[in-house]
Amino acid sequence: MSLSVKHGVAIVVAGEAGQGIQTIESILTMVLKRSGYHVFATKEYMSRIRGGSNSTLIRVGHERTPAHVDRIDVLVPLDDNALEHLASRISRETMIIGERENLQTLHDLLDIPFSGLAEKAGGKIYANTVAIAALLGILEGELNLLEEYLSDRFEKKGKSIVKGNLEAARLGFQAGRELRSSGKTSFDLKKNPETANDILISGGAAVALGAISGGCNFISSYPMSPGTAVLNFMAHHDSQFGIVVEQAEDEIAAVNMALGAWYAGARAMVTTSGGGFALMEEGVSLAGITESPLVVHVGQRPGPATGMATRTEQGDLDLVLHSGHGEFPRIVYAPGSVEEAFQLTRRAFNEADRYQVPVFVLTDQYFIDSYCSVPALDTGTADIEDHTVRTLADYKRYAFTEEGISPRGIPGFGEGLVCVNSHEHTEEGHITEKIQMRNRMMEKRMGKLDPIVRDSVPPTLIGPEKYRVLVICWGSNYHIVAEAVSLLGKDDIAVLHFSQVFPLPPETNELLERAESTIVVENNYTGQFARLLKAYAGLDTGHSIRQYNGRPFCFEALAKKILRLARKGDRK
Amino acid sequence: MKESRFDIESAEISWCPGCGNFFILEALKGTFEILRLDPVELVIVSGIGQAGKTPHYLKCNMFNGLHGRSLPLATAVKAANPRQTVIAQGGDGDMYGEGGNHLLHAIRRNPDITVIVHNNMVYGLTKGQASPTSARGFTTGLQVHGVASEPFNPLAMAISLNASFVARTFAGDREGTSRVLAAAIRHRGFALVDILQPCVTFNKVNTYQWFKDRIQPIPHFHDPSDRIKALELAFMTETLPVGVLFVNEDKLTFEEFLPVYDSSDEPLYNRGVNRVELQKVIDLLR
Repeated sequence: MSLSVKHGVAIVVAGEAGQGIQTIESILTMVLKRSGYHVFATKEYMSRIRGGSNSTLIRVGHERTPAHVDRIDVLVPLDDNALEHLASRISRETMIIGERENLQTLHDLLDIPFSGLAEKAGGKIYANTVAIAALLGILEGELNLLEEYLSDRFEKKGKSIVKGNLEAARLGFQAGRELRSSGKTSFDLKKNPETANDILISGGAAVALGAISGGCNFISSYPMSPGTAVLNFMAHHDSQFGIVVEQAEDEIAAVNMALGAWYAGARAMVTTSGGGFALMEEGVSLAGITESPLVVHVGQRPGPATGMATRTEQGDLDLVLHSGHGEFPRIVYAPGSVEEAFQLTRRAFNEADRYQVPVFVLTDQYFIDSYCSVPALDTGTADIEDHTVRTLADYKRYAFTEEGISPRGIPGFGEGLVCVNSHEHTEEGHITEKIQMRNRMMEKRMGKLDPIVRDSVPPTLIGPEKYRVLVICWGSNYHIVAEAVSLLGKDDIAVLHFSQVFPLPPETNELLERAESTIVVENNYTGQFARLLKAYAGLDTGHSIRQYNGRPFCFEALAKKILRLARKGDRK
Repeated sequence: MKESRFDIESAEISWCPGCGNFFILEALKGTFEILRLDPVELVIVSGIGQAGKTPHYLKCNMFNGLHGRSLPLATAVKAANPRQTVIAQGGDGDMYGEGGNHLLHAIRRNPDITVIVHNNMVYGLTKGQASPTSARGFTTGLQVHGVASEPFNPLAMAISLNASFVARTFAGDREGTSRVLAAAIRHRGFALVDILQPCVTFNKVNTYQWFKDRIQPIPHFHDPSDRIKALELAFMTETLPVGVLFVNEDKLTFEEFLPVYDSSDEPLYNRGVNRVELQKVIDLLR
């Protein structure tokens, strides 16, 4: 089991918050993509604004490898602390590029005087441009594409800034090329011209664009990492798409606003993290009895309480699954790729509208903050599926119908009155405690679960149809687990990824029963998804691999664990 | 009682005989008639409590939500469809206790909604505990040594936050209440109407007579744009001024500030997704 060039080059840029790591990341990835490489980038950072030690990982290659990797092929430390911070990931093969001035302690340094070259170009502020260009030179990217990009990006800052950047780019690129031609670096990467037309998109942007595509025109939230990324994106496009964006005073207000907006005919969502969502639970329960649609994006991060504010975990599945008092149906999606995040968030709005239930999109910090190159998103040509009705004078909001779903009216649209109620209610929406009415209303609400199950998003099977071992995962672990298993190259191990985690798709039992043994991989301590499989499908899953250190799995280590458990076989 | 198109045949009213809420209910119907509102264009949002039941006894669109949460709901209803007349209704526990934070921020946000608070200085639905407006020393089955906290002053709070319309009425004065409510609903922006209302079952202190002895109409010469004078009225405790204390006509409403309504007040439900713009945003990621 070893990594080949197929797995691309893993570059890590590390330094203090505020040193410009994200600028390097955004420019370098875009220019590398335009140069003909697939790129993936993910960052890890501390919960602080300046200082600390943060890093961003950029994978560059001929093939799509959108997953976290621990290995570092090229490290660009911007200060000495970065070396200590990443010590466990630096190996003998790691090539370290930087400027001697900042990295006194290091022996094997490929010295490129970023600041010195920047001074030549007009000032130290261009040091990051030098670094970007040097990496581009080493990887045989296209200098003219970088020049084009820099001209566009800095146009507004004036001619001299553009000129300085272009000069810095030329000098950095030359330095990188020299390293390459001297034989000190050699990465044999093939280019794929089709990537030039790919888009470079983050998980957060994919959720937001999916929401817009699903007709979202109202978002109310309280800022909380990592959910805020979606709120920011929507805010930047409020005029363009006609979206009401409101920063609520707290999460309780946010979710109630979303319910009010749906009631008045908007398509609303809230975006938050587990800690914020905990406050929203009463609103979820209100959605349950009022049969209001609701879309909730929960970007998970480690808890309990404030936990680790900028790290990642899959620890809130149970919370989302059981949120809100009382019993009512819900749908929970957990996208595995940016394409899925776009499609499922879009779908969430249609399903929420169709079944009048809360629909959750469950992501995590790793997913939201990572981005990668993908072929264009399928935005669809069909209009949004609108399930509301123009009301007649005798309209009853909670009418019993043959299909089991009461037509949903909007106040002011039609002649009828729309009366909704947090109490148990009659067909007209008025309070009742009558036994028969309570029974019928409960049965109507819970009865939606059957069509929801029939309408499920099936899990994705990756690998052989005839498998002995099934590696099960959900949400953001999709690419990591898929890459780990593909690294093993075994023809009897397959991966089953769930992007709808509740209710479980009907195929679940059959797919799991076909395996001799199963391994559930998830980023939490207690095995929440494994437990869900047992509770809702009666399936005893066998082995499990769990991680709860606040970091995503890295596929190399994961592959070894999977192999070890796969050899053991048997369910228990 | 006059017949009204806001009467609802099926309503089985669960308030105690003699409850001040009955007067408020009649005043509301009167107000809606004065304003010639159509039930279809009216949305009443309420939380929990006896006052929160009011929309059940009226023919109109209704969202009877959770305790204290009517303001975010009402704000969103108005923001999603500015053509609707939106009223949020609740008691002192609902609006000033459970929903206190929302009240602060709704005033700051200034949506064009009317907030009607039935203020009886006691919790009725949960059978007689103190409310945020109960006087110090008020004893109940729960506050056995008397209320220790300073009572909440909703009027002074609202005026100090520069709320755009602040008024107080007495439930016993149905016509006066109707008149003030009509002005509040007509007002463009956030309007708070605190209605003093006797609870005949659980509040044996603040009775009809108690209120009648203290309320005093705000003098005609009061200039409601004078914030300091309005505050002075709000701070009075020996007498309780009723009428419109404060009006600020110059504030932009929440909806007016939203770019969504820059060129049209078309409700959000009538708008589609701009797929051309969506494609443009995606293309910028190339």
